[in-house]
Amino acid sequence: MGVSEPSGTPVVGEVPAVDVRDLAMRYGDVTAVDGLTLTVAPHTVTSILGPNGAGKTTTIETCEGFRSPHAGSVRVLGLDPVADAHLLRPRVGVMLQSGGAWSGARSREMLQHIASLHAHPLDVDLLIERLDMGSYGTTPYRRLSGGQQQRLSLAMAIVGRPELLFLDEPTAGLDPAARRSTWELIAELRSSGVTIVLTTHFMDEAEALSDQVHIVDGGRVIASGTPQMLAASGSENTVRFTASPGLDVVDLMRALPHDTKVDEVTPGAYVVAGAVDPQLLATLATWCASQGVLTESLLVERQTLEDRFLELTGKALR
Amino acid sequence: MSPAPTRLDLSPRPGAAPRAAMLRAQTAMELRLQTRNAEQVLITMVIPLVLLVLGSQATAVVDLGPGRTIDIITPGILALAVLSTSFTSLAIATGFERRYGIIKRLGASPLPRWGLMFGKIGAVVAIEVVQLTVLSCVGLALGWQPHGGFTAVLQMLALIVLGTAAFGSLGLLIAGTLRAEATLAVANLVYVLLLVGGGLLVPLSRYPEAARHVLELLPSGALGQGLRDSFAGNGPSAFATVVLLIWTVCASLLVSRTFKWE
Repeated sequence: MGVSEPSGTPVVGEVPAVDVRDLAMRYGDVTAVDGLTLTVAPHTVTSILGPNGAGKTTTIETCEGFRSPHAGSVRVLGLDPVADAHLLRPRVGVMLQSGGAWSGARSREMLQHIASLHAHPLDVDLLIERLDMGSYGTTPYRRLSGGQQQRLSLAMAIVGRPELLFLDEPTAGLDPAARRSTWELIAELRSSGVTIVLTTHFMDEAEALSDQVHIVDGGRVIASGTPQMLAASGSENTVRFTASPGLDVVDLMRALPHDTKVDEVTPGAYVVAGAVDPQLLATLATWCASQGVLTESLLVERQTLEDRFLELTGKALR
Repeated sequence: MSPAPTRLDLSPRPGAAPRAAMLRAQTAMELRLQTRNAEQVLITMVIPLVLLVLGSQATAVVDLGPGRTIDIITPGILALAVLSTSFTSLAIATGFERRYGIIKRLGASPLPRWGLMFGKIGAVVAIEVVQLTVLSCVGLALGWQPHGGFTAVLQMLALIVLGTAAFGSLGLLIAGTLRAEATLAVANLVYVLLLVGGGLLVPLSRYPEAARHVLELLPSGALGQGLRDSFAGNGPSAFATVVLLIWTVCASLLVSRTFKWE
C-alpha cells in the first residue's frame, strides 16, 4: 500500500483511515460508482484521479456520509459514515466542490462561524494570514472570485483541526501561485499528521502531492499505486535522436536489449522505444561511436502519469 | 512538532464545541444574516409597519366592520408579522441554503441536524419578539386598546406559537421540496395572497359567507381571527385553535417525510 514516510506515527496493522469495498452507487438508471474498492493509509496523501463523471465526487461524498452506499461498504476511521456521522463530523474536515457559504456572509465571518462549531479550532486570523485571505476578509461570499471561494472553502475544511481531510478538487479555478501555496499547505498538513484524500483531474497535482494514486474511470478503480509506480508501469519510454540519415537500425537493435525497437521515422530522425535506462543510453552511445556517428540531439521521453492515464482510460483528463 | 514555517499548528486536534455554544453560534449567525438582508427586513418589518400606520386610517378604503379600526387592524398586523417571519422569510432563506450547499457544508460540521433546526427556530423566535414588541408599541401609540388583559396576552402567545409552528412547517415543506427560485416565488405569492385575502387583516365576518367558510380553515384566517377575538376580550374560538393544530401536525409530518437537506 501507500509509501508512507514516518512523519506521523503510522503503526503497522493500523486501521485504514478510509476503507471502501465494492462500493456501488446509482442515480436512477445511471450507475455512478460500480464496484469501487480502495483503502487509504493513515498519515498519507491519497489522490483519486479521474475524468469528469468518473465517480470521484460520488465516492468522496459517500465517505463524507452524505449518501448511503447502494451496495458494498464504506468505513471511515473504522466507523460507518452515515450511522456514526455524529462521531465522525468533528474528526473529519470536508472541502466541498462548490458552494457551502451564505451569499451574504463575509469570508472571515463564515470561517469564524465554522471555527465556533469546533472545540479546538485554528486561530482564524492566523489561518487567514496563512492563506492570504486578508484582502477579502470582509467581502461577502457572493462577491468573491472563484479562486477566493476555493480558498475559503479550504480554510473551512481545516479550521477544526481534523485528523482526516476530504478535499474535492482543491485547486480547481486557482491561479498558479495560489495553486502552489495550496500544495504547500497540503504537504504541511500531511507532515503535521493529517490524512488527506483529494480528488483531482490535474495529473501534476496527483504526482506532486500523493503517496498513493487511484485512477478512477467508469465508477471503478482501474489502477492504483505510487505516482512513480503508475507512471513506470505503463508501456515503454522512448529516446529520440537525430543523426545522419540511413543508419543501420537493424544492427543497432541487435546491440540493444532484445525487446527494444528502433525506427527511422523521418530521414535522420530516430526513435528508440523500450525500457529506457542508463544502460540502454550507454549502449546507444557506444554503438553510435563505433559507427563514427555523432548524435546531434538526444531526448529521453519519460512517460508521465498523464500518458499512463490516457493509455488506461482512452480519455483526456479535462 | 517539526519546525513549522508558520505559527499555525496544523496537527490534528479534533472535537465538537459544546452543544450550547454551537446552538448560540448558529442562531446568532442566522439572525445576523437575516437582519443584513434588505428584502427580509422589508417583508418582516417595513411592510407590517407601513400597513399598520396606513391601516389605522383605513376606514375610508375598506369597511372593517363595527369597532375601532385600530383595534381591528393591530391584531391582524401581528398575525401578518408571524406569517412573514415563520413562513415567507424562513422558506426563502432555507431554500437558498439548500441551493448554495450551506446545509451540506453545515452537515459536514459538528453541528447536528437538530442544531440546524433549533438555530432556525431560535432566529425566527428572536425576530418575532422584536416584531411583536415594535408593532404592539406602534399600535398602542396609534391608539390601540387591547381588551382581555393578561389572559389575552397569554392567548396571543399560544396562538403565535401555534401559528409559527403551522406556517414554519409549511415554509419548510416548500423549501425542502422545490427549487430555490420556485420557493422564492411561491413564498412571496402566498404572502401577498394571504395578506390581501387570507383573513389576516380583514375580519372573517366581512367576507361573503362562502369565502368565510374557506378562510376559517386556512391557518391565516385562524390566526388572524384568533388574535382579533383574543384582544376583543372573547378569547380565540376552539375552532381556530384546532385548525392551527391540524395544519401544524399535517405539515410537520409531511416535512419530516419529504425534506431534502441538499
